Amino acid sequence: MIDALQARFLRFVRRVMTRPRIDLPLAFGLFLLALVGLATLYSASGGNMAMIGGQATRFVMGGMLVLLISRIPPPVLRSWTPWLFAASVVLLLMVAGFGEVRSGSKRWLNLGVMSFQPSELLKLTMPMMVAWYLHPRQLPPRWKDIIMVGILIGIPAGLIAEQPDLGTALLVSAAGAFALFLSGMAWWKIGSLLAAVGAMIPVAWHFLHDYQRNRVLTLLDPESDPLGKGWHIIQSQIAVGSGGLFGKGWQHGTQSRLDFLPEHTTDFIFAVFSEEFGLVGVICLMLLYAFIIGRCLWIAMEARDTYSRLLAGAIGMSFFVYVFVNGGMVAGMLPVVGVPMPLVSYGGTSAVSLLTGFGVLMSIHANRKTHS
Amino acid sequence: MALRRRSIKDTRGEAALFRVRALVGFVLILMGLSVLVVRYSYLQVQRHDEFALRSENNRVKPRAIPPARGLIFDRSGVLLADNVPAFRLEVVPEQVKCMQGMSSSVSEVASQDDGDTDTSKKQQVKCMQSMLSAIREVVPLDDGDIDAFKKQLKQNRRFDSVPLKLHLTEDEIARFAVNRWRFPGVDVVPYLTRRYPYGALFAHVVGYVGRIDADDTARLDPDRYKGTSHVGRSGLERSYEDILHGEPGYELVEVNVDGRVQRVLETHAPIPGKNLYLGIDVRVQKAANDAFQGRPGSAVAIDPRNGQVLAMVSVPSFDPNLFVNGISKADYTGYMTAEDKPLLNRALKSAYPPGSTVKPFLALGGLELGVRRPEDTVLSTGEFCIPGQQRCYRDDVRGGNGTVNMVRAIQLSTNTYFYKLALDMGIDRLANWMGSLGFGKKTGIDLLGEAEGILPSREWKATRSKYAWFQGETIIAGIGQGYWNVTALQLAHATATFAGHGTPYAPRLVMATQAVKERPVPLPNPPAGPSLIRKPHDWDVVNQGMLAVVNEVGGTAKGQFTGFPYLVAGKSGTAERFSRRSNDYDTNKNTAYLAARHRAWFIGYTPAEAPRIAVVAMLESGAWGASDAGPIVRKVMEAWIASTGGPVPPNNTPETAPGPASGEPSAPEAPEDTPMATPADMSAMPAENTSAPAPDDGGNP
Repeated sequence: MIDALQARFLRFVRRVMTRPRIDLPLAFGLFLLALVGLATLYSASGGNMAMIGGQATRFVMGGMLVLLISRIPPPVLRSWTPWLFAASVVLLLMVAGFGEVRSGSKRWLNLGVMSFQPSELLKLTMPMMVAWYLHPRQLPPRWKDIIMVGILIGIPAGLIAEQPDLGTALLVSAAGAFALFLSGMAWWKIGSLLAAVGAMIPVAWHFLHDYQRNRVLTLLDPESDPLGKGWHIIQSQIAVGSGGLFGKGWQHGTQSRLDFLPEHTTDFIFAVFSEEFGLVGVICLMLLYAFIIGRCLWIAMEARDTYSRLLAGAIGMSFFVYVFVNGGMVAGMLPVVGVPMPLVSYGGTSAVSLLTGFGVLMSIHANRKTHS
Repeated sequence: MALRRRSIKDTRGEAALFRVRALVGFVLILMGLSVLVVRYSYLQVQRHDEFALRSENNRVKPRAIPPARGLIFDRSGVLLADNVPAFRLEVVPEQVKCMQGMSSSVSEVASQDDGDTDTSKKQQVKCMQSMLSAIREVVPLDDGDIDAFKKQLKQNRRFDSVPLKLHLTEDEIARFAVNRWRFPGVDVVPYLTRRYPYGALFAHVVGYVGRIDADDTARLDPDRYKGTSHVGRSGLERSYEDILHGEPGYELVEVNVDGRVQRVLETHAPIPGKNLYLGIDVRVQKAANDAFQGRPGSAVAIDPRNGQVLAMVSVPSFDPNLFVNGISKADYTGYMTAEDKPLLNRALKSAYPPGSTVKPFLALGGLELGVRRPEDTVLSTGEFCIPGQQRCYRDDVRGGNGTVNMVRAIQLSTNTYFYKLALDMGIDRLANWMGSLGFGKKTGIDLLGEAEGILPSREWKATRSKYAWFQGETIIAGIGQGYWNVTALQLAHATATFAGHGTPYAPRLVMATQAVKERPVPLPNPPAGPSLIRKPHDWDVVNQGMLAVVNEVGGTAKGQFTGFPYLVAGKSGTAERFSRRSNDYDTNKNTAYLAARHRAWFIGYTPAEAPRIAVVAMLESGAWGASDAGPIVRKVMEAWIASTGGPVPPNNTPETAPGPASGEPSAPEAPEDTPMATPADMSAMPAENTSAPAPDDGGNP
């Protein structure tokens, strides 16, 4: 019995390895990005081989996850979607109930052997759920559907924002909103919705935590508190600005090597990259991100059904949100929120959840329309 | 309407719609990425210079290297103030870790961005407290150490090290070394400390340095004193602080965010402070000090040709070495409560009535102002009464000295002669003339804190009293009593000015400075003004009078200088310590009282033909000026002759061996045992005559 199972599993693995059903350009882009990430991490961590090794291992595991998930046909994924979504919302509720508090926020669920952040799940299950909901509906969506989607987005996003984890809440709601956008929601509806959200900002400000408000205020005038809350912003801008056109060269960024730059392997790793590779490096990396996102959207356009299309498009576009929010934060344009630079920042959870999303994309690609 | 809403999905239309949306989305994304690129090019191109500079400022920090303090030598190159290596305990505040198993270091606590800064500060203070109380068990610290440390802690950046205890003993170093692992951020660091080999002998001249405290930091230029732990507190150490201190060097070091040095980028060596050469010879100083035999008083010797101070002692003295690394409370209260005030520089700061020592100066004034001719005589009957007034003024000798001219009046110290002279001059001319000799004002010596004394005058009295000037006050001013108050230094300055034929020089302790690896450069000390004596004959007359004091039968100091190789001219002074109106003065026959009822002065200079040294000695309590203060002057003069290689008097040479501070355990070899290693540079010293001490030896301009 066990032998049979083992044999089946090995056959499956062999099939995955020998005949990968992946999109080569996207895989190539991701591979390149991972290499850039590892190189930057090597410099930012001061050649810390344990960190490099850990990150590389996660990339390899993530890559295998991509191969595995690419074997799951989209219809299967679609049938799992409500259950996955419901499970992740339940986990979020459990976090709210008896989550672990770490440095002032309640994001973690301790499962005994390991602890993880259920909010990471939502980054994928949220666009899946919206795509699942819109899949059978008539598109462009009507107000009723839009409101339904709004509720689907609002409940988990609210729970996450309450933890408080504004960055993830933003990413999760953006992923859902992109699915709605791609479904063809009428422009005037988008406009009025945005106007409504704009009107809500003062109310939202009221509900923000003090530290979150401070982050926004500090952004507006970082020099007002140069050693306290403005430190991140100032040092990050110094790192970026001192890089100049061509950068200080790999492993020659003084801001990170001498620890002036806080969190220079995680949220602020892009500052290290900018310092060492300059504007030229930044533009190249932006082009690489644009290529990856473009390829995602290309795969979405080729997808067989509404669910796949919306899901692939939403995953691709939310990738942009990572880049924009992190890049803007590093450049002192946006407040400091915990959004990593995708596949460059050090950290397991985000790399794995991102690569899972790309696994879904590969699966959609593999099951694209036969004629094109 | 409802019909148009088909329930079946339009798959093809949807795909087309999606394609449009995806394209629009992609364009929006490209725009978003472009916004990022624009922002980055703004930072990296437009503001690149600004951020490059700030990054450099982050990374590179200058670190001060304190200069070595200049050394102080005596006239012949004997070291009076030395720098010796020592060890101190230093603390880098931010590296101090918490005791009692608190795992996080101070810096970690502080770097939590959301952490309340107040709590992290409290945490730091707590860590520092626990470290201090733990380290006290290893190295004893007194409250002064802790106070100074805490004051400096507040002023320094958290990554600058702060000295906790100076001058560790070997035992303390060993005990700390064993326990070092318990105290991260605390270390034993070598430094240079000051040592005064002659201890108390030069305490009032050289002074001492002390640890820089909070008041000093407010006063001193922070750039020049970065890294320096000591500053001159008194004496020459204080008045020549600028020259002794030197210029700090610096090194550019690459630091990380905690300020920890990664490597040294470049070094600029400090410029050590300049060395000082005093005009004082250690042997002369020693002789002067010993001559007092511990009796409170002071003596000052000045070269009349250039104002160089040849000796300056104030008895009793103190050990300056105790002050360098913080004096203990017991030692300090001991000095402060001692009845004879060892910390007081009597030569500089204590003013007393000069008594008869002012007479030669008054006589000179009489001649210069044309009030007297040398041959004019006055009849001294033992009492001088102003016509029309009840009050009379006494001579020292009952019955008086008879008819005296000026020379004889000086020789015998005839009060009546000078009562009359003062009266004839009038207080205004008297005050003006005596003022020109430097009385009633600072002499301008290169020490701080000089007392001005009191020169009796209408102006001075007007500031103190509502009464007008009385004629009687002029009379007693003529014999150095009444309001008169002078310091030994002032009197020595006036004596030297006279001995130098009237040319005034500000007294100078330091005769040369020496930059490192260079020859000593004499400090110029031009005359403070033209000669005060217009008619050279006037000088001869007064000189003759002062010679008579010492050498003629009946002179008040006859016999004091018997056998002295050069001609000495002098004048004694005996000022009353207690009012004559008190019964004690006449009735108390207790010998101790008699021996101490006066302030004994003696002024003198030699060789009288061409004076090269003028000496003043003052005993705070003595019987008579000539017999008590005179021998002190003689011993100073003898030691001076010996130090210049002149003929040593055949007899009366007790203790010619002026060994260095015999009681001082830290004193080096006796100068005369080890032939003085005069540096080769010293041949260029000014006014140094190691050859034949001919009296007509040309002095400095």
